[in-house]
Amino acid sequence: MASMLMKNPVTSSDRSIIARRKKKKTNLSSKDQNENTIINHNNNNNNNSRDSTNEWKSQAQQQVYSSKLLKALHHAQTSAPAPKGGQAVREVADRVLAATAKGRSKWSRAILTNRLKLKFMKKQSKRQSVARSKPSRLTKKPRAGIMLKLRTKSLPAFQKKARVLSRIVPGCQKQPLPVVLEEATDYIAALEMQVRAMSALADLLSGASSTS
Amino acid sequence: MSSRRSSRSRHSGGSSRTISEDQINDLVSKLQDLLPDLPNRSSDKVSATRVLQDTCNYIRGLHREVDDLSERLSELLANSDSAQAALIRSLLMQ
Repeated sequence: MASMLMKNPVTSSDRSIIARRKKKKTNLSSKDQNENTIINHNNNNNNNSRDSTNEWKSQAQQQVYSSKLLKALHHAQTSAPAPKGGQAVREVADRVLAATAKGRSKWSRAILTNRLKLKFMKKQSKRQSVARSKPSRLTKKPRAGIMLKLRTKSLPAFQKKARVLSRIVPGCQKQPLPVVLEEATDYIAALEMQVRAMSALADLLSGASSTS
Repeated sequence: MSSRRSSRSRHSGGSSRTISEDQINDLVSKLQDLLPDLPNRSSDKVSATRVLQDTCNYIRGLHREVDDLSERLSELLANSDSAQAALIRSLLMQ
């Protein structure tokens, strides 16, 4: 135990270098995969989305997320020790997830700006935020006719599901359908990584508490 | 440019703004690839509506998992001594 602790500073710097190298390697390999796969004629976005979904699966990205999460949790714990319920941990985890996305995706930007908005609104008044959020949930009218331009996909069931999906993925509520679908693919990959990282962390912590 | 469902479509001029169905289908199939496959379904026959429904359910399931994990983490972190030791240990092991 003591020897492991003494080796701490050396291994952490090595690990970060290795993590950075691994990240560069995974970026290069995923770009090669993109060039080989069939690309849709319109979009550069397809390239970006495959690249990012592969990145979320990489071990390096998970390590980055885990270390950031640990630091953030530790920081939150020391600064505001009082209410450390599951909800607070969830918020920290989401914020770190959004930070790990490095602003490439809409949902990550939406998560980060929503945190700021909530903090801002809490200071002003709680009633205003509630009044504003209610109409967006209750109205089910289609937005600005953008979705209605889809001719054959204008089944009511499909539209309904698409609207539900756009509400679930953060930041996609008023977006047209292709944007929502793209954001959803990235969001699912990120959530899977989040689950993997947090469960690994929980296992480590539970293992630690049982031995100590 | 005549629409099949005249009741639903609006101004279908301005082709730069209409979203092609192929694009949508491509995105939906990509989404389907990400979803965990259930054994009952054959991959050809799944409608896009079904894919959307499964996506919503899957994301909700992932949210629930994250909530459970964060509950668990918060309980584990409540004990600060073991948490610090675990922090160091986990940084080493990862």
